[in-house]
Amino acid sequence: MHALGPAPYERQGGLTVLELLSHLAHWLTSPAQWSGSGGIAVRLLEHLRYSLLATFVGAVLALPLGLLIGHTRRFAFLAINLAGFGRALPTVGLVTLVFLAGGLSMWPVYVSLVALAVPVIVTNTYAGMTAVDPDVTDAARGVGMTGLQVLWQIELPLALPLVMTGLRLALIQVVSTATIAAYVSFGGLGRYIFDGLAQRDLVQVLGGAVLVAVLAVLLDLVLAAVQRSLFRHRPAAAR
Amino acid sequence: MTAIDWGWFPDHLGDMASLTLEHLSIAVPAVLLGLLIALPLAVVAHRVRMLRGLILGASNVLFTIPSLAFFVLLLPVTGLTRSTAVTGLTIYTLVVLIRNTVEGLDSVPSRAREASLAMGSRPLRTLLTVELPLALPVIMAGVRVATVMAISLVSVASYIGYGGLGQLFTDGFQRSYTTPVIAGVLLTLLLALLADAVLVAVQYLCTPWARHRTNAKGA
Repeated sequence: MHALGPAPYERQGGLTVLELLSHLAHWLTSPAQWSGSGGIAVRLLEHLRYSLLATFVGAVLALPLGLLIGHTRRFAFLAINLAGFGRALPTVGLVTLVFLAGGLSMWPVYVSLVALAVPVIVTNTYAGMTAVDPDVTDAARGVGMTGLQVLWQIELPLALPLVMTGLRLALIQVVSTATIAAYVSFGGLGRYIFDGLAQRDLVQVLGGAVLVAVLAVLLDLVLAAVQRSLFRHRPAAAR
Repeated sequence: MTAIDWGWFPDHLGDMASLTLEHLSIAVPAVLLGLLIALPLAVVAHRVRMLRGLILGASNVLFTIPSLAFFVLLLPVTGLTRSTAVTGLTIYTLVVLIRNTVEGLDSVPSRAREASLAMGSRPLRTLLTVELPLALPVIMAGVRVATVMAISLVSVASYIGYGGLGQLFTDGFQRSYTTPVIAGVLLTLLLALLADAVLVAVQYLCTPWARHRTNAKGA
């Protein structure tokens, strides 16, 4: 089988690293690059929209499942195997598969991003629930709380730090991976990476990569701050 | 959805085998290299409180960078070669490997370390013969996660031409042909499963003292 994929990439002819960095800085800061329909501002918002929607849908699917598994302490093998499966499933393959099955729509993007988010959220929610001291839940039942009350008033609040960690990890991975939207001809910051690869424009590729990385780090910092302010009263919270 | 073209499989056994080998030749060195870097860093993070936050924080930041971006960022340095794919994956395995090794070392009872030192072992010997073996279950849990992740992520490198089984995705995508994509996904899953089983066996062989206990924690 001959080499497939994008045309072989050659080193940017005679460009030193310093020159490359200065081109990159120019690319990232020039106002023209930021405005317009293909501008960084638009791509950034597209990327955010894909990522937040996919993580939200993933959370809606995964949180009840994680809470159920953690509360009943049954089907734990499901959580563990789901995590392994989620890690092993190649996202590029999944997006290609859904694309070939369903044609040109946002489905391939959202299906694969949600599939990425769900295992992470389920396992962390489950881990948070199992970390709750059984003495505490026993005591709650002892004073006459129903199963649902125990879940909502005892287990969920105590598991919340790990649940949040799961959401953070999921969001980071989704933001990183949302570049695949461009692979199936949609927008987002991946556009620069794939267009740059196709046009052999290293500066554009690097610019896109830097923007995705910065966005992921910034979102993680924001969520970390939210997490800290939520659990300020708990000295040994999170992680 | 077009049905699976079963005739494709017998015709492409050779391709599948060579792509699987290429896949392994990227994922395995990445994990080994990752271990080589992660172990000393984790030991430092375990010993030196001040550097702990720095090392763990830095590896966390590395994890937030998209894997595709890694490959691309490495292009000017390593060019379009296999080492680009390997290096990108190596960086990605670091966060899991460092975190688990630190946790593993933390979990070693201080009595074991003190006893070893009291019996006259030098710190390095204590580290190699007492602490690391006792931390092995947690370290191996990290190695398993890192290996499965690396095998799954190799396909991302197909964008830069070294994707192992990921080449089947690009191939299927370009020809709108589902069968190679399904084959690629299944082979990747199978490879991850097998690698995980091999690591479980390695851990079993390496920790004879843990065999009679109930399941080691970590996994």
